Amino acid sequence: MKFRKKKSGNRLMSRPEEGKNPSRGVFTRRALVLMAAQGAVLGALGERLYGLQVLNGSHYAKLAENNRLSKRFFAPPRGRITDRFGISVASNRINWRALLLAEETTDIAGTLERFGQLVPLEPRDLTRIEHELRHKRRFIPIMLRDFLSWDDMARLELNMPSLPGVLIDVGTTRVYPFGPLLAHVVGYVAPPAEKDVVHNAELALPGMRVGRSGIEQTQDGNLRGQVGSVEMEVNAVGRVMAELDRDEGLAGDEIALTIDSGLQQQVLGRIADQSASAVVMDCRNGEVLAMVSNPSFDPSLFDSGVSQAQWIEWTNNSQTPLINKAVSGLYPPGSTFKPAVAMAALRAGTLSPSDRISCPGYIDVGGTRFHCWSRYGHGSINLRQGLKYSCDVFFYEVARRTGMDAIAATSELFGLGAKLPEIELPHVRQGLIPTPTWRRRHGHHWNGGDTIVSGIGQGFVQVTPLQLATYASRIATGREVQPHLIRSIAGRTAALTDLGHASGMDMPDHFFQDIRAGMFAVVNEEGGTAPKARLDIPGVQMAGKTGSAQVRRVSRAMRESGHFNSANLPWEYRPHALFICYAPYDAPRYATAVVIEHGNAGADVAAPLARDIMTDTLRRDPVNHREPPGQEVAQAEVD
Amino acid sequence: MKFQKRLLRAEPNFQILTKLWQVNWLYVLLICALAVVGYGALYSAGGGTSRPFAGPQSIRFCFGVVMMLGISLMSPGILVRMAWPLYIFSLILLVAVLRMGHVGKGAERWLMLGGLQVQPSELAKIALVLMLAAWFHKISYRRMGNPLFLLPPALMVLVPVALVLKEPNLGTAVIIGTVGASMFFAAGMRLWQIALLILPMPFLAKIAYGHLHDYQKARVTTFLHPESDPLGAGYNIIQSKIALGSGGMWGQGYLHGTQGQLNFLPEKQTDFIFTMIAEEWGYVGGITVIGMLLLLVFGGMLIAMRSRNQFGRLLGLGISVNFFLYCAVNLSMVMGAIPVGGVPLPLISYGGSAMLMVMFGFGLLMSAWVHRNDTFGETVENRD
Repeated sequence: MKFRKKKSGNRLMSRPEEGKNPSRGVFTRRALVLMAAQGAVLGALGERLYGLQVLNGSHYAKLAENNRLSKRFFAPPRGRITDRFGISVASNRINWRALLLAEETTDIAGTLERFGQLVPLEPRDLTRIEHELRHKRRFIPIMLRDFLSWDDMARLELNMPSLPGVLIDVGTTRVYPFGPLLAHVVGYVAPPAEKDVVHNAELALPGMRVGRSGIEQTQDGNLRGQVGSVEMEVNAVGRVMAELDRDEGLAGDEIALTIDSGLQQQVLGRIADQSASAVVMDCRNGEVLAMVSNPSFDPSLFDSGVSQAQWIEWTNNSQTPLINKAVSGLYPPGSTFKPAVAMAALRAGTLSPSDRISCPGYIDVGGTRFHCWSRYGHGSINLRQGLKYSCDVFFYEVARRTGMDAIAATSELFGLGAKLPEIELPHVRQGLIPTPTWRRRHGHHWNGGDTIVSGIGQGFVQVTPLQLATYASRIATGREVQPHLIRSIAGRTAALTDLGHASGMDMPDHFFQDIRAGMFAVVNEEGGTAPKARLDIPGVQMAGKTGSAQVRRVSRAMRESGHFNSANLPWEYRPHALFICYAPYDAPRYATAVVIEHGNAGADVAAPLARDIMTDTLRRDPVNHREPPGQEVAQAEVD
Repeated sequence: MKFQKRLLRAEPNFQILTKLWQVNWLYVLLICALAVVGYGALYSAGGGTSRPFAGPQSIRFCFGVVMMLGISLMSPGILVRMAWPLYIFSLILLVAVLRMGHVGKGAERWLMLGGLQVQPSELAKIALVLMLAAWFHKISYRRMGNPLFLLPPALMVLVPVALVLKEPNLGTAVIIGTVGASMFFAAGMRLWQIALLILPMPFLAKIAYGHLHDYQKARVTTFLHPESDPLGAGYNIIQSKIALGSGGMWGQGYLHGTQGQLNFLPEKQTDFIFTMIAEEWGYVGGITVIGMLLLLVFGGMLIAMRSRNQFGRLLGLGISVNFFLYCAVNLSMVMGAIPVGGVPLPLISYGGSAMLMVMFGFGLLMSAWVHRNDTFGETVENRD
């Protein structure tokens, strides 16, 4: 039937028939309406597409570029610090750590919770993370845990998809192979404080450390290096698809110190458990070969944060482990001050080497009696003997004749109470050589007695062990050597290393000869105050000067009771024991200063210690070696 | 003709070949062309391999073509008889998915049938089209004026719409309702009846919004203010817009769309496949795809108009409108013109169930074309 229909009626002819069936007509009309609507809708969508892609294309293209690129910064490795022979005293250790990039996750709490299930987070970590989340900007990664073990890493890597925003990253941590031994010289690093970050935003990067003490602090700029960056193509969950651009940054400079870590170790061994400080210098160019301040602390504790208990223990310790006594400890020089007083008098012409002064055991100045350490006096003695016996009366009289201004001027030339501009350490104290002007400035009158007590390095006189070592070096060489700790930075040798850099001091050489002779007598002549400092090395002699600095005035009652013995005093009231020396006497190379806090008598405690240190130093002879002289020392000790 | 008729009766195989010859191959070619576009896009979405998406999808498409050709051979009489059982079956599936469906993104949509993921709402749409076409086939234009005759088909529409809403799948429910409404319209529903229905719509919409799920409400609000939550609910829309914009006029180049290749684009192999195409091929590529889709829609409408029976006309129209709505909703969605809803782009998006149902629909459309001159079972008035 259908075929017949198709055959009989062509379409045009069938049109009138359609009228009989209104359905088809209505359908066609309404279908056309629907088609028009469909066309309109798809047309509108095409138009919208044109708007999105072509008209606003560049706007969205820029957004896409931002989407795609992610720049990450990383901390450069901090410069290594070595001793003079290239032995590491501060280096970096690889540290795998997990970071959180807050901007790459919407569910920080969830990520942290899942992270905590894989790698436990301590409550302390959590509070720190919470704090950093509030205070750091979202594109700065936050450290979740460092020192990840291999197992931790495996667990984290496996679960990366459920930890959006977590990155595993290799960083470096500062390590100090010698621990407490060089803590005061090298210093330590700690995470930057908030105020540091305000000044320098790049410090907010995880792994960035700020030097907080020692060389780490003063050379922070050289050691830190330049921040590197990677520009990466990342996908929507932050996974890196490709690295587009990499700026490696610059590792910090390597710094070589003048310190000989082997010698440092030997010096500390000699000091043992005394609260003391010792400095060994190359007296020709001022290189500090050893600088010990005992007791010390473990510098690596600061990197991860010092516990409250540890901090209290350090700060309450009367032996001040955190303070570098060599540059920050102030002590009255006691009798070690006498060579400076003598030089001042010689320069002022108030004393000639042959002048004799009589010591009856005391001297009366302005109605006050000042005692010599020897109750019976030293009789009539000259400068050489005055130094040899360390006669107090002799120097009371010399000081009285010379006056405090001249003494202060000369002793400052020796480095005492003076700034030492080249020493690369923080918290270096200047000490004080008192003058009438200084006293007046503080609203007091300068008494004649003040000059007298200053003449034996007591009263207001305060110096540091490093100043004493510098003083000994300058006496030994007659040159204005500057103590310093850095031998080279990034391979560039420091100018001070040159032996000829120190200019001669403005003092006649024969004055130096007189003083050196007195200091030689102290150690090597019969009746000198420091026979215990005599070297056991054939053909090598050293010159030195003892000192015992009272920290409390000895009252007349105590003195007259007859059996006053400072060794019976409580520790903190006992005098400091000091010794300065240099050797060999005829061709000075090393100078040493030793201060033993409350060590009592310089002659009994400090002198033998200085002798031991000097013996070690001479045997090692570090300045004439390019390699650590450990082997030879071992040999020498066997002999 | 007598010879031909005899031959067809005597030789069924030959009848099949004749019918196959009748198939509108130009239209099939257009379908295949879109499928090729889809293959290319899925190849890119898979990161330059056919492994995850493109390969399986092309196998499904080939299967779909065979099914389409098979259905195109079915006479309207068979299809009408199929309408009721298929419709009931689809309703059973809709109920089943509510009871034991797989929850995905807050909605129960999937049903596992013998290892096959089935989305009953897809089947329900086709079944409804068949059902309405069969119903209106028997109603004369005069009777259409009587609301009583419109009541049963209205129920046929509302039942699946209600069930799909319950899943809840707002997008599909709207599409089902609209397909039904367009068929009412084309079948000759009186304009005053339409007006009577449309007037209370705003009030119903307000009530309906109150019953929306939170995630659906979120879609509405983020649609209105996409920047308010750039990494949350608004993320999809923003990333999609960025991808479209970065395509520009000529595109970033095939396999080089940064947004898509770097996974900024969410669900790029399914709902957002068009964004990916437009990013890589630019506006030129995007408008070409829209043009092809429009050709398929218009072609379907023209096929419907050419039918000499009301069943074929309405069947073709229903299928075309359904296809159109899919395209329009998906495209509007990726361009940020309407709230996001899980509506794929037919023939191009990855997904087996949708692909099979689209091809099933095209099979019905082809059948309407092949049998465009048949008349059967209609009222005398409806006869041409």
